[in-house]
Amino acid sequence: MVTAKASVDVRSGAARFQASTATRDPPWTKVAILAISLGFFALFLLMPLIAVFVEAFRRGWALYVAALVEPDALSAIRLTLTIAAIAVPLNLVFGVAAAWAITKFDFRGKQLLISLIDLPFSVSPVISGLVFVLVFGAQGWLGPWLAEHGIKIIFAVPGIVLATVFVTFPFVARELIPLMQAQGRDEEEAALVLGATGWQMFRKITLPNIKWALLYGVILCNARAMGEFGAVSVVSGHIRGQTNTMPLHVEILYNEYQFAAAFAVASLLALLALVTLILKAYVEWRSAANSRQGEAP
Amino acid sequence: MSIEVQDIRKTFGSFVALEGISLGFPTGELIGLLGPSGCGKTTLLRIIAGLERADTGRVLFDGHDASHRDVRERRVGFVFQHYALFRHMSVFENVAFGMRVKPRKMRPPEAFVRKRVHELLDLVQLDWTAHRYPHQLSGGQRQRVALARALAVEPRVLLLDEPFGSLDAKVRKELRQWLRRLHDELHITSLFVTHDQDEAMEVADRIVLMNKGRIEQTGLTQEVYEHPSTAFAYSFLGAVNRLPGRVDGDTLRVGDGAVPLAERFAMHGEEVVAFARPHELDIVADAECTLGLPASVQRVLVSGAVARVELTARVGTNGSAEPARFEVEITRDQLARLNLQPGQAVRLTSSRLRVFPPDRQTG
Repeated sequence: MVTAKASVDVRSGAARFQASTATRDPPWTKVAILAISLGFFALFLLMPLIAVFVEAFRRGWALYVAALVEPDALSAIRLTLTIAAIAVPLNLVFGVAAAWAITKFDFRGKQLLISLIDLPFSVSPVISGLVFVLVFGAQGWLGPWLAEHGIKIIFAVPGIVLATVFVTFPFVARELIPLMQAQGRDEEEAALVLGATGWQMFRKITLPNIKWALLYGVILCNARAMGEFGAVSVVSGHIRGQTNTMPLHVEILYNEYQFAAAFAVASLLALLALVTLILKAYVEWRSAANSRQGEAP
Repeated sequence: MSIEVQDIRKTFGSFVALEGISLGFPTGELIGLLGPSGCGKTTLLRIIAGLERADTGRVLFDGHDASHRDVRERRVGFVFQHYALFRHMSVFENVAFGMRVKPRKMRPPEAFVRKRVHELLDLVQLDWTAHRYPHQLSGGQRQRVALARALAVEPRVLLLDEPFGSLDAKVRKELRQWLRRLHDELHITSLFVTHDQDEAMEVADRIVLMNKGRIEQTGLTQEVYEHPSTAFAYSFLGAVNRLPGRVDGDTLRVGDGAVPLAERFAMHGEEVVAFARPHELDIVADAECTLGLPASVQRVLVSGAVARVELTARVGTNGSAEPARFEVEITRDQLARLNLQPGQAVRLTSSRLRVFPPDRQTG
């Protein structure tokens, strides 16, 4: 299969499409479509990004740095990193477990589970936050019991972690499920027949086969965990220096008319987004190269 | 090692895959599990391997109950239809895998692993691919690597699930002969699943013919082919002409004709379906002849030493005659003598028409 490819047209789809007189668009169509897409890109994606950095540095480098090293800002950065450090590994484990359960076992209610995995995406983040308030809040189901035992979840770090885990749950599982479904169970079964234990099978066969998709899911999960606003805003209580994450801190600063400081913190989040994009592009490129290689199993 | 299965039942939801299969596989033979798709043959193979658990029944290896032993402990070699090679490992690492995952105490030293892998790759004539990756090999090469990998753990039995199923016709034929030679060399008890009767005929010592979760017939390959015991076995093992009609003495009334019956299981006046292979029907071009089934020649195809004649005839009992297609194989000499033309009216007759007892008419 693979060897036969050499003789086939190896140009990209776009190149082949353009080379053929039958499918080539007239020049003005090409220009118009390019102009529309690039114009949209500049107006809605590039301009806001530039605006964030311009605004952040408007009052000079000194003020920019001052806004970032101020205690409340530092605390927000620390909290955001902590939340991500807890939520991402948790969802890495949950995501792999869910994808594994769905693709390697047959059980009743499998379709329901697949639909439920998407719930955090389909529900508004504010609702996600409210759900936790209703369950763990002072007036919530578990509120009295928690108060009795002196456990604080809502308006505290555990609540923020819960909300973040909930909102970012689908990223890893959704990346893995289609890939693992396409790969099937044959290789795992072969490993078992050859005497591998469950753990050996996972470590030596499954994990290498899914590593790029897994990394991709983790990167997206991390970006969302650090950037989540809605759900976190509901459960956090906005206590400065304690339960303020970076996105919440940006909002507070902005509402207090400290625009330069708000944009300074925002620029960090924007930077994170850029780094995420670069990493994502790299992982996509690697996993594409990987799947080309392993195309024919 | 001998394998025995006793009263194996398996259902998937409401679908009954296997209904009470009992079989013994003697040591050292190459056995073909043959049947149409969905007949349960792959399920049976997977139950023997331990990849699937039977609802009831036992699997015995050398007389010892292995039903509750884990797939890891059964020491079987399994070859998958789609090879299931580990795509991220080189051919060498694929073959070495079974030795490398052994518990630390039983794990052979690296030098032994190297030697063994090269021996196995030599055996499948692929030592030169040791450092390649599965995607760099052709289908036939991959399946041979899969076989080497299965043999690396010194399995007590070798189970092959449609091993040639995804290969093209020419490679398939080569690999069949190669597998047969390999088996003659190794003499390891082997079971292979196939839906291709030619493949089973060519490779297997013994055939287990399955249909709808049951065993239809078992026996030595030649024996099963020459003496099929049911209508299903007869139809599945080769091309077949069906002649529905009514028994009349020692002839079968088909449409407007009468064909002599070779064996008599049916009662006088009973409606039955008789069978004949293409080479078991004779064409009579003599217009005077009154015996046999009137038919008309449609097409004559010559290939090699034989000619295939396609005909149509009206079959069924008198009232409800309907047109049916027939295929007859004759030698080129016979063809030259008959000088058949499309549209020509002839008669079909046979001295080897078979009728199966009513309880074996299924299929």
